[in-house]
Amino acid sequence: MKPVMQMFAAAAATVAFSTSVFAAPSAEAPDTLVKRISADVIDSVKADKDIQAGNRTKIMDLVNSKILPYVDAQKMTQQAAGRHWRSATPEQQQKLTQEFRTLLVYTYAGALSTIKNETVEFKPMRSSPADTDVEVRSQVNVARGEPITLNYRLSKGDQGWKIYDVNVLGAWLVQTYTSTFNSEISKSGVDGLIKRLADRNAQLASKPLAAPAK
Amino acid sequence: MNHTVTLSRLRACAAAVAVLALSGCATTANNPQDPLEGYNRAVFSFNDAVDRTVLKPTATAYKKVVPGFAQTGVNNFFGNLSDAWSSVNNLLQGKGEASATDFGRFALNSTFGIFGLLDIASEAGMPKHNEDFGQTLGKWGVPSGPYLMLPLLGPSTVRDTAALPADFAGDIWTYKDPTHVRNIGVGVRIIDKRASLLDASSLMEEAALDRYEFLRDGYLQRRQSQVYDGDVPRQADDGAAAADAAGDANSQVVPQPASPEKK
Repeated sequence: MKPVMQMFAAAAATVAFSTSVFAAPSAEAPDTLVKRISADVIDSVKADKDIQAGNRTKIMDLVNSKILPYVDAQKMTQQAAGRHWRSATPEQQQKLTQEFRTLLVYTYAGALSTIKNETVEFKPMRSSPADTDVEVRSQVNVARGEPITLNYRLSKGDQGWKIYDVNVLGAWLVQTYTSTFNSEISKSGVDGLIKRLADRNAQLASKPLAAPAK
Repeated sequence: MNHTVTLSRLRACAAAVAVLALSGCATTANNPQDPLEGYNRAVFSFNDAVDRTVLKPTATAYKKVVPGFAQTGVNNFFGNLSDAWSSVNNLLQGKGEASATDFGRFALNSTFGIFGLLDIASEAGMPKHNEDFGQTLGKWGVPSGPYLMLPLLGPSTVRDTAALPADFAGDIWTYKDPTHVRNIGVGVRIIDKRASLLDASSLMEEAALDRYEFLRDGYLQRRQSQVYDGDVPRQADDGAAAADAAGDANSQVVPQPASPEKK
């Protein structure tokens, strides 16, 4: 009796799992996706006093749960590494992706902790429905000064749309890291870069997040 | 004979090494947009030291101590003065509507906004533009040229540095008398600007592996974005392929400088 029940349970679980897997990469348009994540994250930050006070663990959890699933860290790392990607071993590639992703999480977390009363405004997307590589443009309206441009590049993979680059104030993140990656790899190889990233991540882990001044 | 030949060869070698060192090409990874990297890094260290010891602490204290409305007032006041110059530049770039809006902002804020202390124009929905003569030159087709770090003034490019005199001339505050008031104003404006960049700079501390490079690459992209008003034509970059070209995916940002670079 028991094994049969177990089989049933396993079968049910498999069906449930596979349905959810098939359901997850829905036909959600890239701009809808970004708007949703954006609103979700901002609302979470505004609603949570701990996050606003700079609680690092909570912010990292937020980033890991609400943002990272929609980021294609490997593609980002690959682009930042440029022509060096191909000469790296699969292990190196994996480690590099991991460390870069961690750095990005710390960076996003740092940015999120400074959100106060900003609102985000999305601009109409200029792409055709058949595109698999799009740019979603938005701007963050801040209390003081001109709005901050915040654009995303997404590409469509088997798991749906994922973000692979972010532009803040006109500067694309991946492009800005490319030069650093390039010079570091030229100096001390991919392993040197991995170590550098790992050291930086360790340093950031021990540093308390600065609470916003006002 | 041998002796002379050896000596002159030695001199030639020394000269070559000196030239290489000066041009910063001695290291392996040289960015084609930064042929003056050696010089730039030196100035960056200097600026960084000044920032760390003087500017950042002052700006931090300013942000903490000065009441919010006063900070906003200062920011609005200088922002208003810059609207006038933005208007001129927009006109020079052929953007009539933006120029008119900026002029309207300036007029409105200077009068009803009490000499610019209040930013009524923004509340009335008039967007603020941020145009300077360097961007105008860029719009006219002048390439930005190599990255240039200016002492105290911060990151710039050869084109934008050449445009600075025009920016000074177009800055209304330049004409403020008496001199000591003008100087105080300049000081306050610098602190205000630094205060508005505090969050961004601490983010850069965390995110950047090499702050000099991060600042340079971010700045050059931002500058290009400003020239194109956010609509930089995108090169078809497919990661590795683009990086192969010119050894660096930054090639879309500025054309190669005139001097022949190593390849």
